[in-house]
Amino acid sequence: MGKKCVAMLLAGGQGSRLGVLTRNMAKPAVPFGGKYRIIDFPLSNCSNSNIDVVGVLTQYQPLELNSYIGNGMPWDLDRLTGGVFVLPPYIKGKSGTWYKGTANAIYQNLAFIQQYDPDYVLILSGDHIYKMDYSAMIALHERKHADCTIAVYQVPWNEASRFGIMNTNADGDIVEFEEKPAEPKSNNASMGIYVFNWKDLKQYLIEDEANPESSNDFGKNIIPRMLGEGKHMVAYPFEGYWKDVGTIESLWEANMDLLQSPPAFNLYDSSWRIYARNPTLPPHYIAPSAEVSDSMVTEGCTVAGKVDHSILFSGATVEEGAVVENSVIMNGAHIRKGARIRRAIVAENAVVGCDSVVGGNGRIAVVGQDAVLPEYSVVKPGEQIDAETAAKNAAKAEEDAK
Amino acid sequence: MKDVFGLIYTSDESDMRLRDLTRSRSIAAMPIGGRYRVIDVLLSNLVHSGVSNVGLITQRNYHSLMDHLESGKAWDLNRKRDGLFILPPYVTRSSTGSYSGLLDAIRSNLNYVRRASQRYALISGSSTVFNMKFDDMMAQHLATGADITILYNVPADDESNGDADRTHLKMDESGRVVDIEVTPHLNTYPNVSMDVYIMDKALLTYLVEVSAAHYRSDFVRDVLIKQLGELKIYGYKYDGYVSRIDSIASYYKLNMDMLDESIRTPLLYRPNPVYTKVKDEVPARYEAGAKAVNCLVADGCIIEGTVENSVLFRGVRVGKGAVVRNCILMQGVEVQDGAQLSNVISDKDAFIKRDRRIVGQESYPVVIEKNAVI
Repeated sequence: MGKKCVAMLLAGGQGSRLGVLTRNMAKPAVPFGGKYRIIDFPLSNCSNSNIDVVGVLTQYQPLELNSYIGNGMPWDLDRLTGGVFVLPPYIKGKSGTWYKGTANAIYQNLAFIQQYDPDYVLILSGDHIYKMDYSAMIALHERKHADCTIAVYQVPWNEASRFGIMNTNADGDIVEFEEKPAEPKSNNASMGIYVFNWKDLKQYLIEDEANPESSNDFGKNIIPRMLGEGKHMVAYPFEGYWKDVGTIESLWEANMDLLQSPPAFNLYDSSWRIYARNPTLPPHYIAPSAEVSDSMVTEGCTVAGKVDHSILFSGATVEEGAVVENSVIMNGAHIRKGARIRRAIVAENAVVGCDSVVGGNGRIAVVGQDAVLPEYSVVKPGEQIDAETAAKNAAKAEEDAK
Repeated sequence: MKDVFGLIYTSDESDMRLRDLTRSRSIAAMPIGGRYRVIDVLLSNLVHSGVSNVGLITQRNYHSLMDHLESGKAWDLNRKRDGLFILPPYVTRSSTGSYSGLLDAIRSNLNYVRRASQRYALISGSSTVFNMKFDDMMAQHLATGADITILYNVPADDESNGDADRTHLKMDESGRVVDIEVTPHLNTYPNVSMDVYIMDKALLTYLVEVSAAHYRSDFVRDVLIKQLGELKIYGYKYDGYVSRIDSIASYYKLNMDMLDESIRTPLLYRPNPVYTKVKDEVPARYEAGAKAVNCLVADGCIIEGTVENSVLFRGVRVGKGAVVRNCILMQGVEVQDGAQLSNVISDKDAFIKRDRRIVGQESYPVVIEKNAVI
């Protein structure tokens, strides 16, 4: 049952810089763009690139991700042979460990890949918003008879020292790799997307695992070692929208990018649909008292207040007299009468009480998943509040009132 | 309701009353509420009631329906055992492929009925829209020991009485049906059948065969009315919202009624969500300067102009300065800059060019046919 390519999607990261948003879910499960989650982008890319075996490596808070991926039906990945598989770490013989690094995560699943005995293995991460045809990257890998192909993105020069930089020759072959160089020689940043020949990769991973010095990471160990051994490493230049959504600010920004006209990131391309697991909700309802402009609104929303330059996710409610500006209101969140939300992210099923003020000029304010803010609450710019803190605050306020 | 199978009959009878809207589809395939089709509600009712074997008898114009239903996946009806069976017409020695009535249609599909492993049949038409679980109706059917139980409601006085036949029922105190009138001159009985029946499969098979032998095809006239004395027929009353799609006016009213939260939520969403095929559209986009008031808007719409009291299906575009009032715009309709529409029902993918004005009346909405360019 040979396959040409198996994709392995690293989705175990906590994404700690997303603060309260990733308290109960892994970063790839974080909602994005009205009806999507971050992981929808690599999964849809796989589906649209005709890759029909995808292993999703999970570790941190996998519950939300497991139930979201399910049998892979929304991405057309419920296939007769192959499909999507969630791969958590497991006990082997007497031992068993967590995934120690990106390379170790793949190493622990060599047996999974071996079932399909593919020609190539595609390594992906669940951290970015982008549309990419992986089949074109694999075609380049084949054409150049490469040992490894790495997707690179030209980042602004002043940011290049934050990335792993690939220095290439005139043929596009990688001659040098520098991790976060102080003085970058190029601005070709690694996107963390790799194509390997399966047989080589397997050998490298086994040897890397045997080396106790190694931190079992692709960027730190495998790639430098292959380069050092003079392997044929090829850069696949990617053009188009690519955005890391690893911080609160960048997640907010990437959402706002969708509101540009024309949008900085085009979701409307019918030849490259982004799929998502859809709740069955009615179309959204805009009430007579509502004012909606320059915004995205999706199924199941009810809008009776004012919404400007914002994104409302499935089932969000904005009551009469509430004002939402430059904000991201996630699935099922409820903004009560008279509340004012500015430059904020309100996470799933959070409730913002009447006449509360969330955010303002300055850094992005965040109301965490399931947090219930009582009326007249204030969340300052840059402040994050989770469900527990909100409950404590509410209890304390009640105590004080007595 | 494990011991019940569903049998849905999609007739052509009322189709002509919806003019151009049913030229290429049956009423069962009519789009409603911004993202659904009439059949979605019925299938969801059955699924929420625990019915997992559903036969759908189709006639002419069934392509649109098959395209929508696929394997029944969206309704959880792609099952290992049973599931959704689409029963298209076919021509044999004993069947002409076009049915003269419910009995005729079931006779042509008796093989499906015989093979169903469930004991009871729930037979339903497909032009009545309501959201309910059938569990209590089934319980009543068993408790009364009825041969046939008919679902009915008491329509509001202002419900437009289309040209379609309506079956009025009179019950005694026990709920047993003692008289039936089809489209009476005077509405002597306020109870109107919703074209949903529960009966034993054996009785259904018997009635169908006897009727065929006597050249009878109309279930209500030839079976229910003629055998009212012999059969124990009971009524089961439904109190929720009911829409009978039998005219342009009733189709228009159903969609407009859904703007009312107290109708929309129980009809489409809570407690029993209506399932439908997912199209993976992008969320709707309101540009700066858009004005939307009292409307139901599906994903994929792009709104730059003004929309009031309207239902917009997937992917509708309303250009700058365009005004859409009291309209139902189906999937993919494009209203260009400056165009003005009021009281219009537009079928899929119609194209209304710049600055055109189309004005209908509330009592008589203008219907624009599929793919029309105006």
